[in-house]
Amino acid sequence: MLSSWFTNVQWDVVLEATKETLYMSAISVLVTFVLGLALGLALYLTAPGNLWENKFLNSIIAIIVNVFRSIPFIILIILLIPFTRFIVGTMLGAEAALPALIVGAAPFYARMVEIALREINKGVIEAAKSMGATNTQIIFKVLIPESTPALVSGITVTAIALVSYTAMAGVVGAGGLGNLAYMEGYQRDNADVTLVSTVLILVIVFVIQWIGDRFTTALDKR
Amino acid sequence: MIPQESRTLHSNQLVNEEPLSDNFLKRGFNITNYVLGNEVSSLINLHSVRKVFQTKDGEVKAVDTVDLNIKQGEIYGIIGYSGAGKSTLIRILNMLERPTSGTVTIGGKNMSELSSKKLREARQEISMIFQHFNLLWSRTVRENIAFPLEIAGYPKDKIKKRVDELIDLVGLEGRGGSYPSQLSGGQKQRVGIARALANNPKVLLCDEATSALDPKTTDSILDLLVEINQKLGLTIVLITHEMHVIRKICHRVAVMEKGKVVEEGDVLNVFKNPKESITKDFVKQVTEPEETVDTIKQFIEEFPEGRIVQLTFVGGRAGQPLITELIRNFEVDVNILQGKITQTQNGPYGTLFIQIKGSEAALSNAMEFLNSVQVEVEVIHNA
Repeated sequence: MLSSWFTNVQWDVVLEATKETLYMSAISVLVTFVLGLALGLALYLTAPGNLWENKFLNSIIAIIVNVFRSIPFIILIILLIPFTRFIVGTMLGAEAALPALIVGAAPFYARMVEIALREINKGVIEAAKSMGATNTQIIFKVLIPESTPALVSGITVTAIALVSYTAMAGVVGAGGLGNLAYMEGYQRDNADVTLVSTVLILVIVFVIQWIGDRFTTALDKR
Repeated sequence: MIPQESRTLHSNQLVNEEPLSDNFLKRGFNITNYVLGNEVSSLINLHSVRKVFQTKDGEVKAVDTVDLNIKQGEIYGIIGYSGAGKSTLIRILNMLERPTSGTVTIGGKNMSELSSKKLREARQEISMIFQHFNLLWSRTVRENIAFPLEIAGYPKDKIKKRVDELIDLVGLEGRGGSYPSQLSGGQKQRVGIARALANNPKVLLCDEATSALDPKTTDSILDLLVEINQKLGLTIVLITHEMHVIRKICHRVAVMEKGKVVEEGDVLNVFKNPKESITKDFVKQVTEPEETVDTIKQFIEEFPEGRIVQLTFVGGRAGQPLITELIRNFEVDVNILQGKITQTQNGPYGTLFIQIKGSEAALSNAMEFLNSVQVEVEVIHNA
C-alpha cells in the first residue's frame, strides 16, 4: 500500500538515510555533552566569586563560546572544511559532518550548562566548603548532581538543534535525511520523498523531546 | 585526597565498638566541669579580627577589631541586628571569609595560616548549619547526612552505620528515604544538624539556624542543640537576631553593633545589667513584651495611688515567695500588674510589676525590705 502512495520513495535508501541521521546525531550529542559540560563548567568556575575565579581565562572562554555560537551553521561547515579534511580526511559522508556539528553545538550547550550551574544555590556550595570538600568534590558531588535536570533538558534542546544541523550538513554532502529530502526530493521534484524525510525527522525530534522530558521529570526532586 | 593516616584515624572513631551513649557520657564530663565553674581553657580565640570589604562606595568595615574567647563546651551566642557583621564574623571562624587582619585560633591552630589541605581537615572538625539549611535537594535525607562522610573518605559500610546513628540522634527515624522537598522546615534543620555532626566535630557554628522557623519549631531545634551540647560536649557558636535564642540556650553572649562587639558576658549578667542601649533593647525583647509598657502606662492613668515598682529577680530569688513575705510583714496592699519569669542557661530571671499601697511609713519599710533581698527595685511611679 505504501508503495502505491509514495511511488518515488525507495525504502532501503530511506532506511540508510535515517541510520546516517541517527548516527550523526548520536555521536555529536555525546561529544557535545562532554565538551559542552567541560566548557560550561570552565565558564562558570572562572566567573567572579566562583571556585577558580580568573577574569582573563573567563573572558577568553566567553569569547570563543560566543564566536562559535554566533556563526550560522551552514557557514561554519564551510569555514571548517580544512579542519575537517585534516581530522577526517574527507568532506563526504556522515563522519565528515561530525566536526562541524560538534564545534557548532558545544558552545551552545556550554552556555546552557553555565546557566544551569548559576541556578545552584550558593549556600549549598558554601555548605560543602564548610565540610572541607575539595574543588573536585564540589564539582562532582554538588555542581553536577544539583544541576542535573537543567543539564538534561539543555542537552535535549541541543540534541534537537543537532538533528536539524545534520539536515543542513546533509545538503553539503554528509548524507542522512536532510540530504535525501534535498537531493532526491527537492532537486528531482519528488514531493513524496521530501514528505517522508520530513516526517521521519519530526519523529526523531519528538522521540528525543519525549525521552528528555521523562528524564528531567524523574531527576528533579525539588 | 585524604592521607592514609587521617583516614584510619577517622575510621577508628567511626567503628568505635562502644555504644554511642558511653562516648556521650565521657565527653559529658567536660560539660560538668564547665557547669561547676572549673577553669576550662578557651577553644576559640579571636584577636583583633578585622574584615574590610572594598565596595564601590568605599570601604565597609564588616568586622571591626573583635576579640573573643570561647570556651570548650559552652554555647556562645552572638546577637546583633542585620548588617552588624555577625554573619561575616561566624564565617571567619571557618575561613569561609578570610579576615583582613587579626588572628583566629581554634584548638591551638592558627586558622589563617593553614595550608588549603590542612584547612579542609580542620573544617571537618568545625561544622556549620545554616538559616536556609543548604541541603542538597538531589539527595535523600540519608545521602545528605552521608555527604560529609563521603568527603572525608569513609568506606560505604561505615557511612551506613554512622548515618543510622545520626538519624536516631536527631529524631528523623523513618524519614531517611525522603527528599528535602518533602520535609518541613524543622525536619530540614534536623538533617542539617545530623549532617553537621557526622564527622564528630569539635565546634558547631550556627548561622541564624532558627530564623526561618516558626516559634514552636525554633524551640524544638534549640532543645536539640542543648541536648547535643550536653551529650557530645560540643562547643556551639551561634549568631542570631532573636534574644529568645540567647536566653534559651546560651551560656555567654556577645552583642554586636556596626562590626564591633559592644558588650559581652554571662547571659544572666547581661540580662540583669545591660549596659549598652542596644543590649537593653535586646533584653526587652524577652523580658518586656511590647504591650507591657502600654499596660502599665494606662494603669497609672486610671489608678494613680500608691507606688508602681518594677522588681527584677535574678537566679535563686526568682523562685522565692517574695510577695507573700511583703504582705505578711508590712501593712501594705500589693496589686500584681504583670510578671514574667524567664529561664536562661545560667538560671532564672524574672521581672514583676506591682502596685504597693499603704501608709507612707509602711511603704518605705516595704521598699527597704525589697532593697535588702537582692532584688533589683525600680520605682516607676510614685503618687
